[in-house]
Amino acid sequence: MTLDARIGLRKGALDLDLGLRVAPGELLVVVGPNGAGKTTALRALSGLEGIDAGFIRLDGATLDDPVVGVFTPPEHRPVGIVFQDGVLFPHLSALENVAFGLRGRGTGGVGARRRAHEWLDRVGLAAMARARPVALSGGQRQAVALARALARDPRLLLLDEPLAALDATTRSDMRHELRRHLDTYDGVRILVTHDPIEAIALADRIAVLEKGRITQEGTPADVRARPRSRYVADLVGVNLLAGRADGNLVRLSGGATLIVADPLPTGDVLAVVHPRAVALYADPPAGSPRNVWPVRVAAVDDEGERVRVRLSGPVDLVAEVTPAAASSLAVAPGASVFASVKATEVSVFPA
Amino acid sequence: MLAATVFFVLPLAALVVRTPWSDLGAQLTTAEVREALGLSLACSLAATGLSIVLGVPLAWVLARTEFPGRAVARALVLLPMVLPPVVGGVALLLAFGRRGLVGQYLDAWFGVRLPFTTWAVVLAETFVAMPFLVITVEGALRSLDRRYEEAAATLGARRWTVMRRVTLPLIGPSLVAGAALAWARALGEFGATITFAQNSPGRTQTTPLAVYVLLQTNRSAAVALSLVLLAVAVLVLAVVGSRTLTRHGAVLGAAGGGQGG
Repeated sequence: MTLDARIGLRKGALDLDLGLRVAPGELLVVVGPNGAGKTTALRALSGLEGIDAGFIRLDGATLDDPVVGVFTPPEHRPVGIVFQDGVLFPHLSALENVAFGLRGRGTGGVGARRRAHEWLDRVGLAAMARARPVALSGGQRQAVALARALARDPRLLLLDEPLAALDATTRSDMRHELRRHLDTYDGVRILVTHDPIEAIALADRIAVLEKGRITQEGTPADVRARPRSRYVADLVGVNLLAGRADGNLVRLSGGATLIVADPLPTGDVLAVVHPRAVALYADPPAGSPRNVWPVRVAAVDDEGERVRVRLSGPVDLVAEVTPAAASSLAVAPGASVFASVKATEVSVFPA
Repeated sequence: MLAATVFFVLPLAALVVRTPWSDLGAQLTTAEVREALGLSLACSLAATGLSIVLGVPLAWVLARTEFPGRAVARALVLLPMVLPPVVGGVALLLAFGRRGLVGQYLDAWFGVRLPFTTWAVVLAETFVAMPFLVITVEGALRSLDRRYEEAAATLGARRWTVMRRVTLPLIGPSLVAGAALAWARALGEFGATITFAQNSPGRTQTTPLAVYVLLQTNRSAAVALSLVLLAVAVLVLAVVGSRTLTRHGAVLGAAGGGQGG
């Protein structure tokens, strides 16, 4: 079961041209800024948008091929889609929403409802079966939307910013839930997001989409280590530090501690530090509450207007400094410097 | 402000004050009145049904498709709202009359003669009432988030299933509002009816026509019947709801202008 697609599509200002190959059981996360064409690509895969050029093949069967005039309408594709804010039918209960796609598939009304019930149970919402979408929380709505899409047993599952409409706390819970459900699904999975944390937390492979083109593709570690564009560096090239929160401290897995601005509930967290927030000094700096670590320069990537410095030490970090700062510090592989991060520059998410 | 309120309320108050309350029952149960009320009810409901059957697909086409001349088509559909109803009646006569554009063939090929029949009443009422339904449903379809229908399609629903299980339920309140407005308009129809269907008791004499005739012969009965029409109008307002009316302010504005004919 494999997706093999080349999507060529022009729509207004958007000029989309991307190739996608996703293996069964693999989760590809397409990350990119708004307007890059992420949603349009998913709409093309689901048949809601026709492609102008290219092809879409799933398990060797051609769904779209404009050259030979093949187009499979959405209702005949083995494709499930979870929309950004769920798009549950507001006039139907949670159960009826999930059962919607099960009717007329050899399962009668009763059979459809029973299977829908099983799916609601799987996403932990059996108790809410009779509730209308308006009575559900954002997270519950997304869970119902996921159950609705998965209940039809699609070969290809598309998720369009499934967590974007949720608040931060719900989002991290849902991310876990989503990961769990996605792990039990054996079809081809594609998720699009503009959230780098989501991409890194969920992806087997990341494809970066900018202005309709894939500018970089690889494992989350690859993409983070060697961001190839400003956008990737800004969003995916962030420092992610895993640890355990304890008051104003995060005890990092490497043994170092990180001071944060606001006290946190105890628990496992992911701390995000932007490379631009990492300052480098020749001598230990003093001043406002900040984290300072002695580190060694592992690598230097001169990218013209900015220099990315990879550091190893008690905390492995990437710093982004101006060329002037880099030369005044004589930053070179092997050099010893002090890396500093202000407490206010650390964002923390429950892991 | 006060003057305007008085201007609106005074005539209605006069109608209520002058209603022959003591023998209202008797006035409303004479054979002539019952016949007119029954005919009005049947014709206006038939016109509403016809408006739904023809108007919903039309609204869908206007809201969802792009074709050259769509703006013109939309203007034509809405024209009966501002057209003097008597002109509508003349137009219907010229189209479906015995020597009309279409009517001559209906007569020659099928022996169907529409003018001066109850069917003519239904056609006249549909002609003036359908635009109210079309514009209300079109507005609802336009403001409906397309993703509901798209989600339904990705869940395997074909176009008709999507329409039946998603689109129609979601625009349901607007459909009811549009149908109520169309029904009220059909019930009050006078000008097009008397022109195209004439004024034949038991066959084409609907309630508004009966009111007009009774005003010369039996004033109390005319006032009693007017009160019935007023009550129906109030009922429609309640069904449609003031919120819907505000949203479709243009519809009501045109209704006030058209109903006078």
